[in-house]
Amino acid sequence: MTTATRTLLAASSAILILSGAAFGRDKQSFDQIGHGRYLTTLSDCAGCHTAPGGAPFAGGLPLQTPFGTLVAPNITPDTETGIGNWSDDDFVAAIRDGRGHNGVRLYPAMPYPAYTKMTRDDVLAIRAYLATVPPVRHNVVANQLPFPFNIRLVMLAWNWVNFTPGRYMPDPGKSAEWNRGAYIVQGPGHCGTCHTPKNLLGGDKSDQPLQGAVLQGWFAPNITADQHKGIGQWSKDDLAQYLKTGTNKWTLASGPMAEAVTHSTSQMTDADVTAIAAYLLDSGAGQSTKPAPVAADDPVMKAGAAIYKDACSACHKGDGSGESQLFPRLAGSSLVQSDDPTTLVRMVLHGSYAVATPAAPTGPGMPAFDWRLNDAQAAAVVTYIRNSWGNAAPPVSADTVSRSRAQLAKSP
Amino acid sequence: MARKLPRKDVVIIGLGWTGSILGYELAKAGLDVVAIERGPWRDTATDFPPAYAPDELRYAVRLDLFLRPAQDTLTFRNKMNQTALPIRNFSGFLPGNGVGGAGVHWNGQTWRFLPTDFKLRSHLEQRYGKAMLPDDMTIQDWPVSYDELEPCYDRFEKLCGTSGKAGNLRGAIQAGGNPFEGWRSSEYPTPPLKQGLAATLFAEAARKVGHSPFPQPASNLSEAYTNPLGIRMGQCSYCGFCERFGCGNYSKASPQVCVLPALLRFPNFTAQTESEVTRINLDSTGKRATGVTYVDTSGEEWEQPADMVLLCAFSFFNVQLMLLSGIGKPYDPQTGQGVVGRNYAYQTTSGVSIILKDKVLNPFIATGAHGMIIDDYNGDNFDHTGLGFFGGGYMGAGQTNGRPIQTRPVPKGTPKWGAAWKKATAETYQHGFGLSTHGSSYSYRDCYLDLDPTYKDRFGRPLMRMTFDFHDNELKMSAYLTERLAEIAKAMNPSEVSAHPRKGPYDSTIYQTTHNTGGTVMGSDPATSVLNRYCQSWDVHNVFVPGGASVFPQNHGYNPTDTVGALAYWTADAITTRYLKNPGPLM
Repeated sequence: MTTATRTLLAASSAILILSGAAFGRDKQSFDQIGHGRYLTTLSDCAGCHTAPGGAPFAGGLPLQTPFGTLVAPNITPDTETGIGNWSDDDFVAAIRDGRGHNGVRLYPAMPYPAYTKMTRDDVLAIRAYLATVPPVRHNVVANQLPFPFNIRLVMLAWNWVNFTPGRYMPDPGKSAEWNRGAYIVQGPGHCGTCHTPKNLLGGDKSDQPLQGAVLQGWFAPNITADQHKGIGQWSKDDLAQYLKTGTNKWTLASGPMAEAVTHSTSQMTDADVTAIAAYLLDSGAGQSTKPAPVAADDPVMKAGAAIYKDACSACHKGDGSGESQLFPRLAGSSLVQSDDPTTLVRMVLHGSYAVATPAAPTGPGMPAFDWRLNDAQAAAVVTYIRNSWGNAAPPVSADTVSRSRAQLAKSP
Repeated sequence: MARKLPRKDVVIIGLGWTGSILGYELAKAGLDVVAIERGPWRDTATDFPPAYAPDELRYAVRLDLFLRPAQDTLTFRNKMNQTALPIRNFSGFLPGNGVGGAGVHWNGQTWRFLPTDFKLRSHLEQRYGKAMLPDDMTIQDWPVSYDELEPCYDRFEKLCGTSGKAGNLRGAIQAGGNPFEGWRSSEYPTPPLKQGLAATLFAEAARKVGHSPFPQPASNLSEAYTNPLGIRMGQCSYCGFCERFGCGNYSKASPQVCVLPALLRFPNFTAQTESEVTRINLDSTGKRATGVTYVDTSGEEWEQPADMVLLCAFSFFNVQLMLLSGIGKPYDPQTGQGVVGRNYAYQTTSGVSIILKDKVLNPFIATGAHGMIIDDYNGDNFDHTGLGFFGGGYMGAGQTNGRPIQTRPVPKGTPKWGAAWKKATAETYQHGFGLSTHGSSYSYRDCYLDLDPTYKDRFGRPLMRMTFDFHDNELKMSAYLTERLAEIAKAMNPSEVSAHPRKGPYDSTIYQTTHNTGGTVMGSDPATSVLNRYCQSWDVHNVFVPGGASVFPQNHGYNPTDTVGALAYWTADAITTRYLKNPGPLM
């Protein structure tokens, strides 16, 4: 080796070390990259930032929010259209404070109100992993909101009202498992982004965490341990199985949760899904007031019973017990009895495919009944399902079905 | 000029039971597999949801799931001296179409052949003497034994979750099962279905007469089940819409329900639907296939090169593609030489109708494989000395459905239409019942498939020509079985009983079954078979016909699907454990 090459090598190592220092990380750290890859799964980054069939992290599908359309941007290391020229601090600020490159304000469709709970190490691990994925040149126009929401500075005021920055603080009175679960649920897993009710501004109603919310035409159910409205009847194993496989003896994931299971929860470690279960089944416990069921001899209930027997009972059984891991159990289901019947009505009208995972590949489908049941009939059968076999929930009107039908006709 | 596609390891023609099983096993082995399917994609929730799957007019009468003769058909004649004419409406048998194939529209009856069925000729010759077999009967031994195939039967039944009661567990006869069946390595995956009143009464009568009734093995599941591929199946609701229908509640086994969800997870598997393979291409030596040519719905012709070609279509179309591609020597009935198209066989069914005036039978509580059966008169389970025929079949009270359009039992002498007929159907529906026999169909020199000299399909290819008629052996067998069945029927104390043994000539407009077998027969001798014992072409080593009913040397007294599925696993094993290591003739 000549002296010249030796000098050149020394110089380039120096540059590597310098740049490593500048980014605060070691690009050679296999452990950090591996940890980051797992956290990327835990945080479900691909769920929004990878379009189906598209290059990983090169930008996602348009996301319909109540305020307009947003598109998850390209987060590959491409320097022009991705995040290749961001500093680590830029990245950490974006993830935890919703403040992007050059101070641009992010919209909370990017769940920074949850990610703010994450440790700097975890965020930098994600950064380290994303730096290794193939850079893709793909310009995404993220902000497709109408005026005035398209003005990003609006978010300053929004953050002031709705956003509490700050890391997750472990509860020393709880187990390590519980704390791990809490960290995932509140932080990277960002469960509340869908499951926590929102105020008029789209911010979390922080006094009602994980108690269920409507988004994209689905009701993301109450996932607290409430016995009636939540999943308090599920065992820890039931919940862990659901997250890991997308199904258990109670139900099957579909809609947006099917995506979360596919991209994220099914790929979590057994320890992490168990930790999530430990935390969720220890939160919001209690028994919300169960209303009196609609009387079985009510004419609507009688009509609903007849429709149920004809159209539903072959799969869901006469007693609403369904079939484990195949046809959701309706008796005792919190989703069925939720105050907001969006998902139940949607299921009856449009049907849905359940998620298919390596451990549970079946992916059965609920067929659509919109062509067969009119608004009153669909309302009757839904009311019947919500008030039979021990279930109790407010009746659903034909008007509600009609609105849902109109809404579904507009959505893809 | 066909456009050439990138090479694949394996091309599968037809995505039914055998295509999906081979697709799964070979994709699992890491091969790059494409399945080309003539018909449409079909999925349970989209194509046969319970919301409209039980539509008798659409599916059973107008035959929605079946092949349209305008797309593909065949010509038919009874005798070699007749001119065959095209079948313009399928009615005697119903070839399926689309993903799932016959596995979508079957009844779910899941039978193993008897151990003696697999060595039929040598067994009969040994027991009754060579001279007793008719000269023109071309039955032959299978090249595999029951013992060899047993683990494959077991695998297919576990794939389907079949419901039933074993009658022979590793040689130990079990009460309540079929005492005549071959040994089983394990009990059925799920317990037997619950039985209806008619079947229960039949079983009581059969016991009285000295027989051993048992529940029909059914791939319409008695309870929810998870198969070895991790796929979940539901419990049968006894709706009685099985045969000719897709099952809407994931309880009748089908490729859609039992295989495809797992198969589609393989990135190295793709399915090309609405595309018909027109020929298998051979290299200049004619000893090796180079792939297939197919045509899509826009008329575009594609060449799919592949290292292996698996013929997984329905039996007629397997035979047709072999003939059109010049694989194997075509059968000549005049000389008895040649093999492709030889030993076409079918099934010989018959019935006994009864009316039980004082019983309410609720025939609509049914499944395609419901019922109590006896097997005392199947195969060589009974002494044929002096009977003048060989073969037999199972018989019993199978209650496949009580669908309103086509279930119209009436007493003898009722007018065929009008007010009296209406009154009689209303009065008899709850009391009428059909018992049936499911008899064998042995092969004969003059029953065969070849290319029609006159009629061509839409691509200009000659249609398949079927030459088939019942022979005396089968008609005598049917008469004998029907008499035995009528004896049991009488022991049920019916107010009316009428026996309908099968009569010749064979009529292609009267539905019997879609158990069309033979034409690409498997065997031990290339002079009398198209395929060796691994379902591999004797002539072109990288072409396999993995277990469609076209490989049966003759047809036995059972439904074919269980044997079809078992042979698919048998072939898959031969390919993965032997052929892939050293591609070439396995025999």
